Amino acid sequence: MSQVGIVLVSHSHKIAEGVKDLVTQVFKETAVVAAGGTDDNEIGTSLEKIQQAIDEADQGDGVVVFFDIGSAMMNAELAIELSGSEDRVKIADAPFVEGAYVACLEAGTGKDVYEVLAAAERARGHQKKA
Amino acid sequence: MGLKVEDVKAWIMKTNEQIQQNKEYLSELDQAIGDGDHGTNISRGFQETVNKISSTEYTAVADLIKDWSMTLLSKVGGAAGPLFGTALLKFSGAVQGKEEIDYGSFVEGVEAGLNGLILRGKAEEGDKTMVDVWSPLLTYLKGREALDADDFEEAAKAAMENTKNLKAKKGRASYLGDRSIGHLDPGSVSSYYLFSSLAQVIKEEGVQL
Repeated sequence: MSQVGIVLVSHSHKIAEGVKDLVTQVFKETAVVAAGGTDDNEIGTSLEKIQQAIDEADQGDGVVVFFDIGSAMMNAELAIELSGSEDRVKIADAPFVEGAYVACLEAGTGKDVYEVLAAAERARGHQKKA
Repeated sequence: MGLKVEDVKAWIMKTNEQIQQNKEYLSELDQAIGDGDHGTNISRGFQETVNKISSTEYTAVADLIKDWSMTLLSKVGGAAGPLFGTALLKFSGAVQGKEEIDYGSFVEGVEAGLNGLILRGKAEEGDKTMVDVWSPLLTYLKGREALDADDFEEAAKAAMENTKNLKAKKGRASYLGDRSIGHLDPGSVSSYYLFSSLAQVIKEEGVQL
């Protein structure tokens, strides 16, 4: 079965690892790779770490990348451009935790990268309190 | 005769000196409207660049500038990494195959760099970002045929100082809204160091650009 991978890019190593722990506890089959913090796990993002995470998460069916703020998106875009994999690695404009959760759910049912991306982005409009 | 490999090396060294001397100042500016790490991040990236280029021989200016950009991309950590890194990567592409950078190719390099910044940061002029230094400087350069180092330095300084009056619309500073007015944009200040260092190198090395 096809399986889209998930990459979590946060300024904080702990946030990325924490969200990974949270979603992989539920969705054990999905390839989820954390890329949080700088090379020495300080606050920031690392282009190389993101590149490696995308490589690791990609099982051949594409990857959906989640980011938290600012430079996380810029470095994620750069990593994708430099690897020339724009056609199958997509950045989700979605909430970091809920988006990743929904993406894992969809990826686990064999959806393609566009379907996983769309589902994750729909999580943005999901009312949590209602 | 334009900017040769040793002139670009001197440009990088000089920018690094200015950034190291003003590391605390850059972080203070960033504390006012951002997350306070601009000085730490950019100084780490430039120091790593100096380490890298000092131990490498270059024959083409484009290769030197590409190493500069790649080092900033991998070592800065904050938003300045992808922004300066992309600008310099595009600059390097624009001067590919040149033995030295003449005025025309310098202007092309700045234009490619600015387009890279806009693409990466999705900012436009007036958003209180480093685009507010790069964009007026490109307009300045396009209106001329040769570089007067002092005049160019003044133009860069004026553009940098103008960011104080702007309201931030991009990056962490945008969350502050009107409270961002009255503070210099840290990325514009480090962009000013980049261009004022070039002006100094041009004068000291007697480069005709």
